[in-house]
Amino acid sequence: MVVGKSESFTATLQEAPLIEPGHSYASMTEKISDIVLTKPHPRSWAIVFLTGLSLLMLMLYAVLYLFIRGIGIWGINVPVGWGFAIINLVWWIGIGHAGTLISAILLLLHQDWRTSINRFAEAMTLFAVACAGLFPILHTGRPWLVYYLIPYPDTLGLWPQFRSPLVWDVFAISTYASVSLLFWYVGLLPDLATMRDRAKNRFARVIYGLFALGWRGSARHWHRHQVASLLLAGLATPLVVSVHTVVSWDFAMSIIPGWHATIFPPYFVAGAIYAGFAMVMTLVIPIRHWYGLQDFITIRHIENMAKITLATGLIVCYGYLMEAFMAWYSANPYEQFMMHNRQFGPYAPVYWTLIFCNGVVIQALWFKKVRTNVKILFGISLIVGVGMWLERYIIVVTSLHRDFLPSSWGMYAGTFWDYATFLGSIGLFLTLLMLFVRFVPMISGFELRELWWKLNRSAKDEASDKAAA
Amino acid sequence: MNSPTQKHRRFNFGDLRDNVRREGGPNNWRSLDELAGTDEFRKFLHGEFPEQAPAFSTEVGRRGFLKLMGASLAFGGLTACGIQQPREEIVPYVRAPEEIVPGQPLYFATAMPLGGVGLGLLVESHMGRPTKIEGNPSHPASLGGTDAIAQASVLELYDPDRSKSVAGRGRLTSWSSFLGPMREHLANQNAKNGAGLRILTGAVSSPTLGRQLQELLEQYPAARWHQYDPLWRDSAFEGGRQAFGEPIDLCYRLKRADVVLSLDADFLTQGPGHVRYLKDFASRRTARNGGESLNRFYAVESMPTATGTMADHRLSLAVRDIEIFVRALAWEFGIGSGPAAAALGKKDARWLKAVKDDLFRHKGSCLVIPGSHLSAEAHALSHAINHALGNFDRTLYAIGNVAARPENHLESLRDLVEEMKAEKVEVLLILGANPVYTAPADLEFSRHLRKVPMCVHHGLYQNETAGLCQWHIPAAHYLESWSDIRAFDGTVSIVQPLIAPLYNGRSEHEFLAALMGQTGKKGYEIVRKSWKEKLLGGEDEALWRRALHDGVVSGTASPPKAVKLASALRTSGSRRQPLPPSPRKKGLELVFRLDPSVADGRFANNGWLQELPKPLTKIVWENAALIGVATAEAMGLANGDLVELKLEGRSLEAPVWIVPGHGKESVTLHLGYGRKRAGRVGNGLGFDANALRVSYAPGAAHGAKLVQTRRQHSLVSTQHHHSMESRHLVRTATKEQFARNPDFVHESKIPGLDENLSLYPGFEYDGYAWSMVVDLGACVGCNACVTACQAENNVPVVGKEEVAAGREMHWLRVDGYHQGSPDAPKFLHQPVMCQHCEQAPCEVVCPVNATVHSPEGLNEMVYNRCVGTRYCSNNCPYKVRRFNFYQYSDLETESLKLGRNPDVTVRNRGVMEKCSYCVQRINLARIAAKNEDRVILDGEVVTACQSACPTDAIVFGDRNDKGSRVAKLQGSPLNYGLLTELGTRPRTSYLARVTNPNPEIEAL
Repeated sequence: MVVGKSESFTATLQEAPLIEPGHSYASMTEKISDIVLTKPHPRSWAIVFLTGLSLLMLMLYAVLYLFIRGIGIWGINVPVGWGFAIINLVWWIGIGHAGTLISAILLLLHQDWRTSINRFAEAMTLFAVACAGLFPILHTGRPWLVYYLIPYPDTLGLWPQFRSPLVWDVFAISTYASVSLLFWYVGLLPDLATMRDRAKNRFARVIYGLFALGWRGSARHWHRHQVASLLLAGLATPLVVSVHTVVSWDFAMSIIPGWHATIFPPYFVAGAIYAGFAMVMTLVIPIRHWYGLQDFITIRHIENMAKITLATGLIVCYGYLMEAFMAWYSANPYEQFMMHNRQFGPYAPVYWTLIFCNGVVIQALWFKKVRTNVKILFGISLIVGVGMWLERYIIVVTSLHRDFLPSSWGMYAGTFWDYATFLGSIGLFLTLLMLFVRFVPMISGFELRELWWKLNRSAKDEASDKAAA
Repeated sequence: MNSPTQKHRRFNFGDLRDNVRREGGPNNWRSLDELAGTDEFRKFLHGEFPEQAPAFSTEVGRRGFLKLMGASLAFGGLTACGIQQPREEIVPYVRAPEEIVPGQPLYFATAMPLGGVGLGLLVESHMGRPTKIEGNPSHPASLGGTDAIAQASVLELYDPDRSKSVAGRGRLTSWSSFLGPMREHLANQNAKNGAGLRILTGAVSSPTLGRQLQELLEQYPAARWHQYDPLWRDSAFEGGRQAFGEPIDLCYRLKRADVVLSLDADFLTQGPGHVRYLKDFASRRTARNGGESLNRFYAVESMPTATGTMADHRLSLAVRDIEIFVRALAWEFGIGSGPAAAALGKKDARWLKAVKDDLFRHKGSCLVIPGSHLSAEAHALSHAINHALGNFDRTLYAIGNVAARPENHLESLRDLVEEMKAEKVEVLLILGANPVYTAPADLEFSRHLRKVPMCVHHGLYQNETAGLCQWHIPAAHYLESWSDIRAFDGTVSIVQPLIAPLYNGRSEHEFLAALMGQTGKKGYEIVRKSWKEKLLGGEDEALWRRALHDGVVSGTASPPKAVKLASALRTSGSRRQPLPPSPRKKGLELVFRLDPSVADGRFANNGWLQELPKPLTKIVWENAALIGVATAEAMGLANGDLVELKLEGRSLEAPVWIVPGHGKESVTLHLGYGRKRAGRVGNGLGFDANALRVSYAPGAAHGAKLVQTRRQHSLVSTQHHHSMESRHLVRTATKEQFARNPDFVHESKIPGLDENLSLYPGFEYDGYAWSMVVDLGACVGCNACVTACQAENNVPVVGKEEVAAGREMHWLRVDGYHQGSPDAPKFLHQPVMCQHCEQAPCEVVCPVNATVHSPEGLNEMVYNRCVGTRYCSNNCPYKVRRFNFYQYSDLETESLKLGRNPDVTVRNRGVMEKCSYCVQRINLARIAAKNEDRVILDGEVVTACQSACPTDAIVFGDRNDKGSRVAKLQGSPLNYGLLTELGTRPRTSYLARVTNPNPEIEAL
């Protein structure tokens, strides 16, 4: 798909290959499609799927109980009106961002190394957004009326209150979900056709055929596909920045010390990409191992992701520093108290764990040895995931629990149902992901073939040029 | 981080004190937790997670929730309950009943009897259902104000746990099946002149009841009538007798008193006339008229009470030291032969001297008020001091005792027990008392009660006493019955019923009449008969109607009585040699007091009162052993530690709570808890302090021991975190500071900050612009407004677990802050309700337009539109928004539905709510004004909190009307807004508190 002009990039990225040598078009296609069509799935798949499914059942139970009893089953109260639901929303939305960044921005920047991980990352985005999208609905007191947030012409002539960031959220997240879905699906079309063609089972052929929308691989198809992909990439690009910016406004537009800060949008976007890449690594490292995909998702990919994690992680740390600095510099006693309370108050252990996860641990990524050691990377990416969840915990809880009037100060802690819903959302994510791995080629076959062609052509051209000389 | 455990740390109190000294200035704090927060203890302290009950298992939480929601979640149906007007004609305050207009409330005057005195009320009635209590402006005990208990009495009326049927030996039966055996017993008694007949009542001041009892005693000459009411004040009675030789009652004229000294008296929130006293007192505490009329108030207290928080100078002493203080003070005036001031500490003695000088300077315009649990001697001495200062007939006056038969209740009860013990009692009638629960432990009342062959209990609930009686007769609530009652000053009110008895209860008049062979005689006839003779002849009917209409029988107030002081208490020219200090009994002192919410336990089944944060501690739903900082320090105790209290072989387990400013080596125990048969709401809450209370030391007992159990009990308080963190929330100044710098309230303004700066254009108000002012100088923190708001606005009760989770629903709360050292802090109150901001942070963040600005400046909640994102609550800097995390309002129990205000929506689960400035009352006034084609006049809209407030601390009105009270007060130099630096421009503002300290004591 990416045509030409990539020599300089590939030249600089020579150290480790993007595709291990010894592959052909056929071997790559076979390897990718066989995972779905013929190869038995490893036991690990079944374990993860069943774990995910059980957690999903737990979530269904928790949600059912929530609908029957009311939101009081959670740990929220006055003053802490938002709890796990909002933390989880922000966390999941953030995780999704890596997928969009990989598929859209890296595409536009001609980063070839994205090819073997973009399908996977996009799927992750989609599922993360699905998880995220649940929470705003669940967290309302009357979820059956949540459509009030959507601008529709009702008979009372009532509209949402457009000054509220929560309304912007509705737009941002729904746009994000639709563009992500579209982008992912459009990118999937040629591979769905491949699956249709390779499937032995008639049922599978029909299903894949339906979803392939009659793809025949004609030059016109390819041309239109490429245009559509680029357009969608262009559409998705601003979303990488805008969605989390809008989410951050949920906080920044309020007057609560610890929320009301202009640094929030960039800080949140960086945090999102940071968490997202960590999540991609968390998922890719074991799956690559289980399905023997080391040839396509090479150490080079992993290392590049580690680098981005480090870079965005440092931006996030800068955000922490700036928050503390601005609290002091503002001379606002409420801000100063908030910062002091965060660092030395009852939630100080959470704060310092967060600083450890996001500030200290990632410094290991400066070292190539760490970046190329998948086991350590896996550990670090898990820690980053935890760190980012704690970051949202700190932002949501410590800002609210002690705000302006000390008489109203309170404490917050999640209940069993909070944890059940959170773990359940992880269950939903894992279930969807495992189904994706099971039924859809998790690596973009056609893009990989294109990359192979590009890489090999340039070598051949060089050889023929030499010969000519 | 998410498995917090309830842990209270130990304080190093020495360091705490150092901190206070070091910090200086108005370092406000409201609990030790917060005070400690100014140093390394902050780390300690902030490590606690007070709200989250340990392992808040939802299963348990749900069950407990159901249980404790009590009145709000009781399932008792009242299916056959018809709403009926009583058959006899009752006279509305404003309009005749035939003018009932659906949707228009009527007001009827009546009076609530409590502890033998009445509080005049106007009761709002919607289509025959009483829904809301207001004070009766023409009643001397009310003058328009009420208290929390009166406000909550309407919930008691509708309590589904009230007894609904005659019970005979535990089985439900009928009135007629009771009458048979009862008549037999009475016939037996008749034969022996009633020698075995005993009647036990609470304090009686109803002229009709007094007359009936007299008649009964005439019918059975050998029968005896005993009284026992924990709310009755034995030592005041005995003290009066000692001082004047007769059982007088004292009435205070606090408006005339320039200097007031309280000797452990909580006269502003408990006892006869306290509502009236609040009004009079507060009128001398507010500086809204410039501060010239400020009185000076000294309080010597064992436990900080709401009254004590108003003091300019508060001395905290144990009760035994207060007794010494009284004697020393009397001795200063040459009365008695008390110990020298040396028996007190040096500093306390100088304090005493300064107070004495101040009193002396204000001869005739000062007042000394003794507390009801002090000894009779202390009362007599304080009468003597008042006498010596020439205060009689100036700042206080004596009247004949308002009780039908004043006596020492404990002695009366002891006599009864002696007779029961000797098996002389054959028939015992218990009317409205619950001695099985309330009697001091040493009398062993319940053991001896079992020896009585025929025992009949008449009361609202099948309580502990009913459980041990052969028969129980359901009583009618005061809102259901005809009666009469005298106020603290002797004024009689006719108690008229608002509704026919819901559960076929009988008033005590009807019950007694039936026993005297007048079966079926109606309360109306009985009460009417009492007054036929007394009200003047021919125009009898008109006077009767007048009395019902006004709520007072005119001319019944007792005239001041000339009193003659006993010679032993007279001032002697030469001071006698003081006695050497008597040896102190070792061990702790236990002080027994009535609970500020549920009194002696009679209101234990009232969810509104249970959930009312107690003044200062803000504890809800139970009691605690209250100790001072010094005691806690000496014993290494922390809040919630379970301790065993031992006194003379009896013991009691109780959780402790540290109250700054509590007396040393003294433990205060509140009565009224540990009830076993209160009802579904009140059963099993707290501990029963009566277990340690003995009849010879009912007020304070000495020589107690405190043993730690190393176990914990989680007490629930609505406010754990109390430091003002140097924020300018409650602003105070002394009279001198105010005179020197009249603009002191604005000192904390941030220079150069435009508080009106906003991105959004402001609202224009060409009509009304509603606004409220709260005078912090007048607020005592009595909680009347909180309950009034709850009653008016159908605010649900949520239960202990939910309060622990931080989900109380009160639209109006009273924040309290502490200032100064933990041993002798100053206390500040601040009622906080929705501030109705001009630039409301809640309005802009609501995604669905569920909270909007009205054209008259109100911040309105549209419940139907609310989806419950709770963003508004997060963004509210005052945290006044309340969320229905569950279905808190009981939509099932029929009887509770009757009591709701039909003008206010009952909220459902998932909806945000908050103070509406009583918008329903504004609209009622608007309709009236429109019908008469005029504007709403100033004072026409009275919010529920304002109307209940006995101190007039809350003023509401139209800010656009420059002549309105609210506009004038907001122009006062004392006026300031809360957190205005945020640009919220609140419509509610506060008047700073100005105190009047004595420079001599300041210098100590």
